[in-house]
Order: sequence, then structure tokens, then C-alpha cells
Amino acid sequence: MFREITLGQYYPVDSVIHRLDPRVKLLGTLLFLISLFLVKSYTMYGVAAVFLAILIRLTNVPFKYMVRGLRGILILLLISVSFNLFLTPGTPVLTIGPLKMTQEGIAIATKMAVRLIMLVIGSTIMTLTTTPNELTDGLEKGLGVFKHIGVPVHEIAMMMSIALRFIPILVDETDKIMKAQQARGADFESGNILQRARAMVPILVPLFISAFRRANDLAMAMEARCYHGGEGRTKMKPLHYAGRDYAAYACIFIYFALFIGSRFLPLV
Amino acid sequence: MNIIDARNLSFDYVRTDENNKVIDTTRALRDVSLTIAEGSFVCVLGHNGSGKSTFAKLLNALNLPTEGTLFIGEKDTKDESKLWDIRKETGMVFQNPDNQIIASVVEEDVGFGPENIGVPTKEIWERVNRALEAVDMTAYRLKSPNRLSGGQKQRVAIAGTMAMLPKCIVLDEPTAMLDPSGRREVVKTVTELNKQAHVTIVLITHYMEETVGADRIIVMDKGQVVMDGAPREVFSHVEELKAIHMDVPEVTELSFLLNKAGLPVPVSVLTRRELCDRLSELLPKQAEFEPDFVKQKPKHLEITDPVIRVSHLSHVYQQGTAMESYALRDVSFDIPRGSITAFIGHTGSGKSTLTQHLDGLLEATDGDILVNFRDNAPLFKEEPCRRQKKSKGRSEGAKRSKGNMASESAATAAILSSSNASAGAAADLPASATDRKTEAVSGINSAIDDSKFISIYHDNINKRQLRFKVGLVFQYPEYQLFEVDVITDVMYGPKNQGLSDDEARSRAKEALALVGMGEEYYEKSPFELSGGQKRRVAIAGVLAMRPEVLILDEPTAGLDPQGRDDLFREIKSLHEKAGMTIVLVSHSMDDVARYTDLVEVLDHGELRMSGTPEEIFRRYKELEEMGLGAPQMTYLIHELKDLGIRFEERPDTVEEMADAIVKLYRKYQDAKKDGRTKV
Repeated sequence: MFREITLGQYYPVDSVIHRLDPRVKLLGTLLFLISLFLVKSYTMYGVAAVFLAILIRLTNVPFKYMVRGLRGILILLLISVSFNLFLTPGTPVLTIGPLKMTQEGIAIATKMAVRLIMLVIGSTIMTLTTTPNELTDGLEKGLGVFKHIGVPVHEIAMMMSIALRFIPILVDETDKIMKAQQARGADFESGNILQRARAMVPILVPLFISAFRRANDLAMAMEARCYHGGEGRTKMKPLHYAGRDYAAYACIFIYFALFIGSRFLPLV
Repeated sequence: MNIIDARNLSFDYVRTDENNKVIDTTRALRDVSLTIAEGSFVCVLGHNGSGKSTFAKLLNALNLPTEGTLFIGEKDTKDESKLWDIRKETGMVFQNPDNQIIASVVEEDVGFGPENIGVPTKEIWERVNRALEAVDMTAYRLKSPNRLSGGQKQRVAIAGTMAMLPKCIVLDEPTAMLDPSGRREVVKTVTELNKQAHVTIVLITHYMEETVGADRIIVMDKGQVVMDGAPREVFSHVEELKAIHMDVPEVTELSFLLNKAGLPVPVSVLTRRELCDRLSELLPKQAEFEPDFVKQKPKHLEITDPVIRVSHLSHVYQQGTAMESYALRDVSFDIPRGSITAFIGHTGSGKSTLTQHLDGLLEATDGDILVNFRDNAPLFKEEPCRRQKKSKGRSEGAKRSKGNMASESAATAAILSSSNASAGAAADLPASATDRKTEAVSGINSAIDDSKFISIYHDNINKRQLRFKVGLVFQYPEYQLFEVDVITDVMYGPKNQGLSDDEARSRAKEALALVGMGEEYYEKSPFELSGGQKRRVAIAGVLAMRPEVLILDEPTAGLDPQGRDDLFREIKSLHEKAGMTIVLVSHSMDDVARYTDLVEVLDHGELRMSGTPEEIFRRYKELEEMGLGAPQMTYLIHELKDLGIRFEERPDTVEEMADAIVKLYRKYQDAKKDGRTKV
């Protein structure tokens, strides 16, 4: 049941985006996310959507696969959309009991939904095209400056990459434990919230124990392979900017400038 | 030159409380002294808790000896300045393939070790290329480890150590969690590394077959080395090995039994080839001697009354998408009441999917599963009314009275259509809403009374109740334990059934007794128990629901030979004492031959064969094509047959085989004495 979650999973194909330096992708994603919050007009939404569409096309990842990642945020999306729909004051369009759907509400909810979807797809593109190791390297090198003020950048990066590697394994495991408890008559579907929460205990306890066991094993395996922190480590795939990375930076900055500009110059 | 030199090694596991006060120390190694020569292939055997894994961790300086010294090359493992050199020189591969792969792409994982020791980038790539080549995984270098099979993952782990250019690789039960083909892969890989790259291999294992190619075997028990020598030498002590709960390869055991029975066969034979050569000199060829055997009819062939009937079952994953795939395709068979039925097939053949259908955890895409328990009543959501059961359902049911495979789908049809039919036939009765409901129910009831089979996919069936009737024990069931003590954990199932505390407790006690767990364990935390005990508790957790059918998915995976034999003995006694129908999913053909009555062979989601073990294993060539094998004894019989030696019976176990050979040999000897041979 959790298999559909694609968020944070690397999709192994080759593409221009896959080959980009992770630092470019990290900064690019960040700027893209900021740009979405700068948007005021539908035109600029259009620009962002076109930009995103081009990116999606360039990744060689099937669009269908990407969209499946959205299922995970569906509930969040529904909640925020319905809040905006019904709780925004303004001209009522439709009234259901005490709930009033307003014109303004529809406008805000649409923008909200579009923004959220683009936000998720935008960040999914990064995780789909960047292996956790690259991501870690990118973070480590990109944030390297903070090391001097005592931020354990390498350690944080390593933890992140391990977490990402183990997400699918733990998801599978959850599925298995759930089934095993169901085979012993566990009932996760009925009862009130309290009962349901209690029904989760037989899943969570084994899951935590297994996670600790795995962590223990992994720590041992890492030590056995001479891991001793970031010091004195070399890289198999060191980060070097290539021509395409500079080009990508240029694209991103132009794109971002456009959005900044649109904020101040009401041309579009 | 010796790569490993252990002098009077001892190791204590120390447990401390929050204040670092020592609560408990366990001595895992006692005074172990040994040397291992560079370039050799050494196997370390021993049951769980014999100290072999502890020894392995000392070799990599993951643990330091409590007493004694250990030299790797010339370096003392206690010398902290040499720590990284030692870990570079002795690579480790662990049991669980998932928990030792760090990166999300194969090649990056192989490069992890060299990165840690500061190898320049260009050289890392060279090392990674060579390491992947050495384990034959180059084609998978860009794949995600999650998409690999267990055997492949272990090969990646081996490549990860190879990239450190080790002199020695220590493998701590690398095959315990793999299927037979994965095991073969790993053993082949390490053997090649030893022969071609001259890497010293220390292989820790339970599986005796894997040790035959080794130069030397070290047997450990209670933290000490009890035997040490070439495989032939070690395996000649069959009785001593059995005494410390170890197995020997089946061929070796057979030769031992034959020798004991007085046949001129060497005590320690390692390969079938060797044994065949010897036997061909001793036993008569069929052409010259034809003994008169009494044919034995296997008794399980008399079982005909099915408890579960699977009919044209299909299951499609991700239907309607590009990734649509059949996990099961048109599978039909019966599980006879009171039988032990085995599902065999390689990993991914659909066995586990099938077991989850029988339990109602997965819903079929197409087809049906019919059940016929001793008491079907609890399965219904509503109490079936017995008022007007003689309706049209009977005639519908009668049509399919033969109940053979072809008319199975008719059985479902009978149940479903009869409910409609009875509603129609009883039109003269008041047709209020509630009554219509009763009619529908009684319609089903009448169909059940006739055919006795009910479809688990009928609307009126409570899936949760079905799970109490069909107990499913998953692979590695101990991972589902969660309660504070053993007894409460086992009570979880019965309490879900709605039983009172007292009833649940007595059920739990009964179940724990069935798996041989005494009262002294009731209050213990399940996490304090040994692997085999945890598994027993988990099985008791399912037994406590008093299922009529018990499905065990690889119940012995990861257990040592002793644990495996004990567990099978208990399963067998469950079957005999409680009359329970048992379904066994297994990779071990020897176990299947020894313990089961019927075998269903699955391959790529399709049922390829169905029959008694004798019938199935006769077709061992087809089984091999599916990536499966046959019991060792089946191979031996066929090899002897090729030499012209025939047996009337088809012995499956070592004991039966030994019996058959001894009988044939004696008859031949007698005949020779009487001068009755044809030659």
C-alpha cells in the first residue's frame, strides 16, 4: 500500500538533468520553489508551468511515474484546497449548509493547488534525477562553508543519504508486518481514533526494533569498510562543474530574475 | 605465511545497566588458538551461539579480544594505529544483504570503502571496475540495490570488500538469508576469488554443501574449536558432529550409514561422483540381477477430501499500467484435509502471493478460492438461517457432484446463482427487505449444505474469521513479535478473536506447549530469546487461534541444522496430534521430500506440476530448468540408474536410501552365495 510513494526515490535513466551537478539542481530547486511564492499573476504561473514541463521532458522520467508521487500529498492538497475554498470571505458562488464557496476562494484554492503540485513535482525532479549519494555530495560541498562554524555538514549529509536508501526497505517492511499482524486477526480499519491508534502498536514496535537492528548492522558494516567520518575521505565521483552546469545556472538565474522582475514591474 | 594468527583468544559479551555496572558477562570464545595460511579457503562451522560470528568480528577488529592476542598479518588487532590497515586487509561480508549496502547505486556502494581510506578518484574507478568484474556484476553497476536479488546483493557486498584490495575476506553466514540459487552464486563467487585472485576466504556457514570445496574446516562449539582439518577428515566424524548438533552433507551421511551397516564403503565420501563409483563396484547391475521387491504404496495417496480448493486463480499487480505483471496465472489445485502440502518455486515464482490469497490478505484478480472447514459457520457475517434450505440450490449443487477440477468454477457459480435462484423460487414468501436478506443468506446456506464449499470471495464471508481458520506464518515471523512478554504476545491472536483473557491465556498455553516452549518462558521478553525460540513463539502466536490450516512460509530460513530439525519435528507432530492441514513453502528439496505428502510447483506465477514428492522429483530435469533442484538422494538414484543399478522403491531420505542399498547389497550377496546370478 505504500509502494506508490515515489517521493525521494532515484529513477535510474540517463538524461541531461541526471548529469547536472547536484549543486546546480539543489540551488535550482530552491530558486524554483521561491519563484512559486513570488508569483502573483496567472501568466507567471504559465511561465513556471512551461519551465517545469520542459524540465520534466528533459529528465526522461515517465510523467506518469512522477504523478504517482503526488498521491502521497493528495490528502494535504484536499485539505488546503477545501479550507481555501470555503473559508475565504468574498462573493458567494455556492452555498452548502453553513459552508460558502466564494469566487475569491476558488481563485485562491486554484492557485494554491497549482502551487503545491508544482512545488512537489519540482522537488521530485531533483530526487528522481539525483542519487542520494550525489545529493549528499552536493549538500556537503555546497554547504561546506558552514563547516567552519561548527555545523557537522558531512554527518548530516551522510545521515540523509542513508535515510533515503532505507526508505523503500522500511516501507516494504511495514507492509509485511501489517500483513503478518492482520494474519493474527489485527483490525486496522474499524474503531474510533483511539482504538485505531492502539491497533498501530503491533506494527510500530516491531518496525522500530527492526530499524534499530538495521542501524546496528549498518554501523558495523560501515566500520568494517573503514568509515570514520568525513576526514581524509576521497570521492569516487567528485563534483566538478562542466559547461552544461554553467549553462544551467544561467537558465536558472534568468528564470529567477524574470520572477523577481514580474514582482516589481507589473508588465505581466 | 599465516594471515591470521590467534593466540589463546577469549571474548566476553558484557551487559551493563544505565550506570555502567556489569550485570552479566557471557563468554563467547574460550581460549581459541589457530592460524590460517594466506591463500587458503577455510570454512567455520558451528550451530548458533557457538562463537563463530564472534570470532569473525575479532578478525576485523570490530571487537577486541578480552584475553589473548590476534595477529592479522603482523599486526596486533589491539594496536589502534593499525586499525584501518587491518580492516583494509580483512574485508567483512555480513548475513543480511540489505543492511550492509550503504549507497543507492551499485557502483557507488562498491566505491564506498576506497573513498573512506582516501584512495585517489581515478584509482577508485579502477578498483570498482575490477571488483565488479571479479564478482561478475558489471552489468548491474548502475542499478539500485533494491532491485537486485539476495544473491546479487551479497555479490555487491563482496565487491565492496574486494575494492579495498583485501588479503582476506571473512564472510559471516552470507548465505543464511538466500534461496538455493543465491547460495550457489555466492559460493561460486568466493571460490573463484580464492582460486583466481588468491584471496584468503573465511566462510562461516550452516550449510554443509558449501564446505565441500574448502581446504579446511574448523568446527566450533561452545566458544571452542572442537575439530579442525580437511573436509574429508572432519566429515568422517559423523557421530561427533551430530552430537554437537551439526549436519554432514547427505552423501557423507549415507556413506557413513552404509559403512556402519557393514558395507565396504569409506566412512567419509564427499561427492556423489565418488559414492557412485564405489557403489557401482558393489551393487549388481539390473541386467545381471533382478531382485524381487515388495512395492510399497505411499499411504498419503488415499487422502481425497479437500479443505481448500483453488480454482483458476490469477493475480495481477498494477493492473492497467505499463508495469502490469502476473503474479499468479490460472492456478488450480486442491489441498487435501490433513495433508502436508508443499509449495515450491524459485524466489518470485508466486508462492508467497499464493499463500496470502489463501489467507484472504490479497484479493484475486480472477478465479476463486473455495473452502470447506469442519465448521464453516463462523465465517459468515450473519448467522445463516436454516429455515428454508431445500431450494433450487440443491439441484444446482447436484450438477457438479463429481467435483472434479473442471467443474470448480461451477461450484462458485452454484453458490452465487443459488442465492439468486432461491430468492426467486421463494417468491411466494413475504418479500420485505429483511426477508429478502434472510432468503439470500439461506440460499447460500443451502448451497453450502449441498456442496459444502464456500467461496471466500462471497459478500457474506468475514475475511477476519477466515484468517483465524487459515493461520499464516510469514517468513521470519519473529519480526512481528511486539509484546512485553511471551504469553501476552501469543494471546494477541486469540484476543483479536474476541476471547476473554482467561480463554486467551489457556489457548496461548496450549499453543506454546505445542511448539515445545515451557512455562519458564511465559514471563520472558520475546527479545531475550534465541532465534529458534523466537520463531517458535511467533508460530505459537498463530497456533493459538486454533486454525484448521496452517501455512508456514519458509519456517526454517536462517535456523541452524539443529533448529531446523527440531522445528520440523514439531510441525510433523502438530500434523499428527492436532490433525492440522499444513502448507509448507520451502526452498529445501530435501525437506520437501522428507516431510510432505503433496507438492505444488510454481514457476513465474503458473502451476507447473502437482503431485506426490515421488512424482515431482522424478521430473528433476524440468525442475532444474525452473531453477529448482531435487533432493540429493533423487540425484543419486538417477546417477546409479545411469550406471545400470535400479531400485524398485524410490527412497527420498538418507535413511531410506541406506536401507535400500543395504537390502539390495545383501540380496545380491546371498544370491551370489547360492549361485543364482545370471552371469
